[in-house]
Amino acid sequence: MTMRAPDSDLPIVLEDVRYGVRDLIIIDGMSLMLTPGAPTVLIGPNGSGKTTLLRLMMGLIEPTSGRVTWGGRTHVPPARRAIVFQRPVMLRRSVAANIHYALAAAGIGRHQHAERARDLLEQAGLSALAERPARRLSGGEQQRLALARGLARDPQVLFLDEPTASLDPAATKAIEDVVRAVSARGIKVVMSTHDLGEARRLAGDIVFIHRGRVIESAPAAEFFAHPKTDDARRFVAGELLV
Amino acid sequence: MQEKLMHADTSALDLVLSADPALMEIVRLSLLVSLGAVVAAAVIGFPLGAVIALTRYPGREASIVVLNALMGLPPVVVGLAVYLLLSRSGPLGTWGLLFTPAAMVIAQTILVTPIIAALARQTIEDLWTEYREELAAMNVGPIGRVATLLWDARFSLLTALLAGFGRAAAEVGAVIIVGGNIDGFTRTMTTAIALETSKGDLPLAIGLGMVLIAIVIIVNALAWGVRRAGERLAG
Repeated sequence: MTMRAPDSDLPIVLEDVRYGVRDLIIIDGMSLMLTPGAPTVLIGPNGSGKTTLLRLMMGLIEPTSGRVTWGGRTHVPPARRAIVFQRPVMLRRSVAANIHYALAAAGIGRHQHAERARDLLEQAGLSALAERPARRLSGGEQQRLALARGLARDPQVLFLDEPTASLDPAATKAIEDVVRAVSARGIKVVMSTHDLGEARRLAGDIVFIHRGRVIESAPAAEFFAHPKTDDARRFVAGELLV
Repeated sequence: MQEKLMHADTSALDLVLSADPALMEIVRLSLLVSLGAVVAAAVIGFPLGAVIALTRYPGREASIVVLNALMGLPPVVVGLAVYLLLSRSGPLGTWGLLFTPAAMVIAQTILVTPIIAALARQTIEDLWTEYREELAAMNVGPIGRVATLLWDARFSLLTALLAGFGRAAAEVGAVIIVGGNIDGFTRTMTTAIALETSKGDLPLAIGLGMVLIAIVIIVNALAWGVRRAGERLAG
């Protein structure tokens, strides 16, 4: 057996991807490439297709047409990718048991569980709540637990779907701090938000989508200073896009 | 009449409190038969419920309606069907099981299996709707998914077992037909109450009635406790 680095899931490439449910077109011909580096933030109004795009890139749904590749391969199981849903599901177990479950699902040997779980809980700021039933946590705590669960598999790419929607500023800051730390460790973060302040704080790149299409994709500084399209200018200015 | 009833009450209490051997034997057999039926029904009903909850096949909706309807099977009809199966000239007559506790377990298993399967199906399906994407994202395989659902539904599934036991312990129609109410062999609390009441031996009937109600209350208290424990431990 030869030793080689495991195949990388990056870059993630979308080639003219469409996705629809019956007559409803949700993603209408998107081409996009995500490379390692600073967080990529998806912005756009509600219903623009952010969540569906994340699910396509995670591999949870298949495009109606076009294709998604991970490191040049199609149909790669999500072993090195993780996603935190906007409303994450808490397993009916304790906080610590949720983490242990994620570690086991990631195929990590039992002898490592205790130590890894301790690290993950610490990172998510949940050490004091380890024995609580997960479903009794507050919204912000549940998001942090879902983040810790996602990190349990030591992912290469971490998708976050509006992780701070409906959280107060303190809870939002706690999440953003974890996201920054994760990104600094070299994990590619891809997150959606409709909070422009959050996009400014975290993004390396911005992908602006509207009505299932990529309107603009650019480094964050450039996007916010000089949006190229009229829609993006209006969105950045805080106008309502419908 | 008034006096006779009063007298029946006190002697009934005496029978219970003195743990009268005949009464205890009837209670013991009743519990064994009903427990045996619940165990058998769980072995059949849980996997059946899980399969219906997690697979898609033509006629699935209809099978769910039928399963739910079977929860209300009339015990006497089940008793009659099992009687026909096990009677000497019936297809399983050679087994020689009619009028034995085994026949009673079979009949009660048929009564209890739909209850356990239908409740398990509902519980597992609801949980699956909630968990499906999260488990897919965690790359959990089919066996792991089923194990996760069963474990996380454990408190509700335990409640289903207790509901099944309550049904089995309280029914009379099926066991009286296939068991035959033979003294010391197939006489259960419910069949004994039916017989003793018609004979006019009220103390034993009332005593058994008290024990039966106590058991039903204990089972429901357990179900309640399980539910509360589930809320506390799993949220």
